[in-house]
Amino acid sequence: MELQTLTFIVVGITFSIYIGIAFWARAGTTSEFYVAGGGIHPIANGMATAADWMSAASFISMAGLIAFYGYGGSVFLMGWTGGYVLLAMLLAPYLRKYGKFTVPEFIGDRFYSKVARIVAVICLIVASVTYVIGQMKGIGVAFSRFLEVSYELGLLIGMGIVFIYAVIGGMKGITYTQIAQYCVLIFAYTIPAIFISLNLTGNPIPQLGLGSMLAGTDTYLLDRLDQVVTELGFAEYTTLSRLGTFNTFVYTLSLMIGTAGLPHVIIRFFTVTKVSDARVSAGWALIFITILYTTAPAVAAMARLNLHETISPTNGANLVYDERPDWFKNWEKTGLLKFEDLNGDGRISYTADKATNEMVKVDKDIMVLANPEIARLPNWVIALVAAGGLAAALSTAAGLLLAIASSISHDLLKGVFRPDINEKQELLASRISMAGAIALAGYFGFNPPDFAAGTVALAFGLAASSIFPVLMMGIFSKRINKEGAIAGMVAGLSITLLYVFQHKGIMFVASTSYLGDMKPNWFMGIEPNAFGAVGAVVNFSVAYVVSMMTPEPPEHIQHMVEDIRVPSGASSAHSH
Amino acid sequence: MAEYNKEKRQAYWRENVRLMVILLSIWFVISYLCGIVFVEELNTIRLGGYKLGFWFAQQGSMYGFVAIVFTYAHLMAKLDRKYDLHE
Repeated sequence: MELQTLTFIVVGITFSIYIGIAFWARAGTTSEFYVAGGGIHPIANGMATAADWMSAASFISMAGLIAFYGYGGSVFLMGWTGGYVLLAMLLAPYLRKYGKFTVPEFIGDRFYSKVARIVAVICLIVASVTYVIGQMKGIGVAFSRFLEVSYELGLLIGMGIVFIYAVIGGMKGITYTQIAQYCVLIFAYTIPAIFISLNLTGNPIPQLGLGSMLAGTDTYLLDRLDQVVTELGFAEYTTLSRLGTFNTFVYTLSLMIGTAGLPHVIIRFFTVTKVSDARVSAGWALIFITILYTTAPAVAAMARLNLHETISPTNGANLVYDERPDWFKNWEKTGLLKFEDLNGDGRISYTADKATNEMVKVDKDIMVLANPEIARLPNWVIALVAAGGLAAALSTAAGLLLAIASSISHDLLKGVFRPDINEKQELLASRISMAGAIALAGYFGFNPPDFAAGTVALAFGLAASSIFPVLMMGIFSKRINKEGAIAGMVAGLSITLLYVFQHKGIMFVASTSYLGDMKPNWFMGIEPNAFGAVGAVVNFSVAYVVSMMTPEPPEHIQHMVEDIRVPSGASSAHSH
Repeated sequence: MAEYNKEKRQAYWRENVRLMVILLSIWFVISYLCGIVFVEELNTIRLGGYKLGFWFAQQGSMYGFVAIVFTYAHLMAKLDRKYDLHE
């Protein structure tokens, strides 16, 4: 069957499933809208969390980053999984025990301050909106590349689908669609990986194939890859360190802390029945994530090897441009691959040296998107990859939108401005906030701001420097008071924003950067994307010092802290 | 009764924190030490086709994280019952 038709069919089927779930899982109460009624099974929540977590960036971009950064790409693998260890031990069980609907609500109660709650809402919205812009772009791009509809129409269709199940179903609808989306995306990611690993090494398990010998030879795949790339003048794949050990260390730490502090991930743990379920559920989430994250390095290395072997075969001359394969032509059309015949010999020369390299553009995203075609897999696999990319982007967008909507309707409206509204009015307000959040995200999708490329990294920096430290201190210290918490959040957030802006420009407008984005200008050699961990240290220190200089929290707050530290007496999440 | 309860809760919390410190040390060793700080030294050892440091950074650390989280969940469930503080 024609690829185009097949893609429409596969994507159409998955979308009908999502809409079907939306009508089946309608939310009738605020508890259902905010925390899916609080009765989600830990394994189901683990799966939903994995889909919530793995965005278009994980699905499409991560393997490509690893393919070109080699060992240097490890920061994303360790950083985006190691955070779940922190989440499972330091935050999720205690926040579940507290049993409220939103992250700012805990911060407001623990630090007995509406100001703290509002500051937390601001941190949450800034982090989540910057994150959701990337997802919206991902949806539009996936549509335009695979279904050849325009970017705008693709974005509108995506927004329409999210609108249906997020506005009607709230967290309940989102949870069940995320479970379906996880199945689609993990299937779409692993099937091509299995085929490619089998082709190259004879081992169907990509994680083992990566450590195996190439089929029919006695050379290990990774050794061959190292040899191929170094012969072309690129850095050795398995030892390439992007910006040195210290920066790698701090970057990994920032991603871990940021992961644990992202509100749309934390609120997923409010949907399980018990404290012990929250702990186990974090484990399941991590298993479901690790399946993709340990496959990604195999996809990366194998795709990179396939790419070089196609263009510059070991035994023989470089590929003749006129004999290039179909996938090459297809991706040239999208502008993601670009060839210029510099020496006029009609053959493609792909090297590290800018003077002789004729592959003037090789977009990193191609590694996942074109992988099935490069490996000559059947058309239905390619169609599946399209559906998987869309599932990854939609599931993350929906989770983020819920975090934004609930912080507006529950924290700002019900919590601060109109505490007298009843549940029915709040439910309506939450649906309206959700619709508003989708419209806002859509607006940024249609008019991507200059800073779209830098936004996901910024979201991690903000979550790491503002939300994670204040939650952790709220649980592990009885002494941190409202003055300390507010000062800590403001200090952590400001210093991180300041650092990013001074190197990348105010709101990422490059001309306003007053310190160039280059290593000699970085504080201790730390790149701006990796600065969240430093912001977190500042947050912890400021909060500690300010708390010590001001009165300790009232008695009932100290009791509250003692109470959240033990599981007994938990009830499902509620509003009062 | 209330006093006894308070002591019990404190003992439970101390054991919880001790367990966390142990598990977070393992978390630190398998990712930051094996995968980043001592990666070059470990790369001189091979694990099949993998250099060991590279394997920790792109495979091993993640398997370790999964094991850590499930170990924590399991031991905490036991601890909850030991102190009769389970749900």
